[in-house]
Amino acid sequence: MLKFTFRGVRGSIASPGPNTVKYGGNTTCIEVRAGDELIILDAGTGIFPLSQTLSPEFPLTCHIFISHTHWDHIQGLPFFIPMFVSGNRVKIYGGQDLVTGKGVQEVLSRQLEYAFFPIREAELSAELEYISLSDNQVVNIGDAQVTSVLMNHPAINYGYKVTCGDRSLFFTGDHEWPPNIYQPDDDDYQLFEDHIAQKRKSIIDAVAGVDVLIIDTAYTDDEYPAKKGWGHGSFSSSIAMARDAGVKHCFFTHHEPTRSDRDLEKAFQAAMDKHPGQPGDPKFYLAQETFTFEL
Amino acid sequence: MSDLHQRLVQMVDKMPAFPGSVNRILQMTSSIDCTPKDLVQVIEHDPVMMAKILKLVNSAYFGLSRKITSIKHSVVFVGLNTIKNLAISIATMGMLSKTGPAGLDMNNFLLHSLGTATVAKLLGKRLGVASDRATDYFVGGLLHDIGKVVFAQFMPQEMERALKRVEAEKVSLPIAEMIEIRADHAQLGGMLVEKWQLPHTLVTCIKEHHSQELNDNTSEVLDCVVAANIIIKQIEFGCAGNLVEDRLPDHVAARFGMELTELRESMGNLDEELEKANAFICI
Ligand SMILES: [Zn+2]
Ligand SMILES: [Zn+2]
Repeated sequence: MLKFTFRGVRGSIASPGPNTVKYGGNTTCIEVRAGDELIILDAGTGIFPLSQTLSPEFPLTCHIFISHTHWDHIQGLPFFIPMFVSGNRVKIYGGQDLVTGKGVQEVLSRQLEYAFFPIREAELSAELEYISLSDNQVVNIGDAQVTSVLMNHPAINYGYKVTCGDRSLFFTGDHEWPPNIYQPDDDDYQLFEDHIAQKRKSIIDAVAGVDVLIIDTAYTDDEYPAKKGWGHGSFSSSIAMARDAGVKHCFFTHHEPTRSDRDLEKAFQAAMDKHPGQPGDPKFYLAQETFTFEL
Repeated sequence: MSDLHQRLVQMVDKMPAFPGSVNRILQMTSSIDCTPKDLVQVIEHDPVMMAKILKLVNSAYFGLSRKITSIKHSVVFVGLNTIKNLAISIATMGMLSKTGPAGLDMNNFLLHSLGTATVAKLLGKRLGVASDRATDYFVGGLLHDIGKVVFAQFMPQEMERALKRVEAEKVSLPIAEMIEIRADHAQLGGMLVEKWQLPHTLVTCIKEHHSQELNDNTSEVLDCVVAANIIIKQIEFGCAGNLVEDRLPDHVAARFGMELTELRESMGNLDEELEKANAFICI
């Protein structure tokens, strides 16, 4: 059994209010149930509403996979209630920061510094464990496997593939296909294109054939040119990836915080009109807070 | 690994990069409009930055089927912003002094490294390597003498004596280093990049660039770097403290099907290519 629930679908910053009631204002968090296991993808503010539902399962063991350490993907972590209750086990997985050489344990301990939070890491009652991941690493959790895939973003960002039995999903975290830093008439343009093509192939290979793709689709095609290099995808780039990887269902997420429910639906419709359905196409959806999908 | 090697390997983490590139990185990155290709170019022209960034990019991932030998590939693999911040963190460690503490002129050293890199890449192209592999030849040339900077930085007195011995006794630098330091720069450099998990061809390129005999480790890249190193010393482009040699090792001559003079002449005028290296350093 593999199912998931969106707990936060917003990018950059939480955006509650009357204009975002339908799709939700919390930042990235996905609750995944794989057999008996609880796997949480990212710890944006959406992890707080999730954590409020978990007390019936105490004492619990859960596995939190952090795509990367930008705020919108970790902000809810200090408010993850199970960490405050003894008997619970919380395992936190994430990449290593190449620049500082620090592992994922840095994230929580820095969030819990005196100036930022009133409770110290040492005071958390649950049993905490940190696991630093490398590219293409497989973690076995009960009947499920989680595989890390290095994507492209202004920070080290891992996408995660969750497989359970014959079902699978892939969550990109934040991702933009790397733009070419050279101009077409530069000597090194083609060489760089080749590197990009190789990277694209390795990612598409990892995603190929999953049932569900949950993908960073922050921008409309009109917005993208001005945001090139910021590390996020567009409707067109997401549709292309879903098609290339041959997925069955594709959920667009990381909605722009300024985008109202109405505008979001308009943007979605415009993208669907621009890319009319082809045979074998995935089904496309807007990720929506509290929406559950069973694979 | 000997104690000395172990000690040097540890110290290298703290080794700063060359002054020109440090200044440029700090200047470029203080503006949000920093042009990515300029940033890549600066890193590609500094052996210390290059080696350190390749080390980090390669060591952090065990899943890599193919090792990464170029900054452009690194940019695509871990992302531009990460490479930029790695460069900044290296730049903020300070800079090598212009006249190295051992009396090794760093400008001349850099010219020698860049010259060797440029010629090695030209030789590789001449042997017909594809353009994506030509980068390996450039990197091999750029890093072949990295061990010298490490000696100069961390064992300045010994290195100074070795350099003086080369001049006074006309012995080769590796021999003088063995006498003064009990290790030579080729061994040390090779060991460093081996420990950093850089590709095997690059390791042998550095380790064996003074080997006179044909051995199992020979490769096209290595032979190109050996030839480039000898050519660049002969035309006195830069200087890295070693004697000028007047012939190619036999197996290298055999690879190109000609002797040193003929090879050099067949390459035509190198001024234009080398002027690019010169201009880059002298800004
Ligand atoms: Zn984000
Ligand atoms: Zn981000």
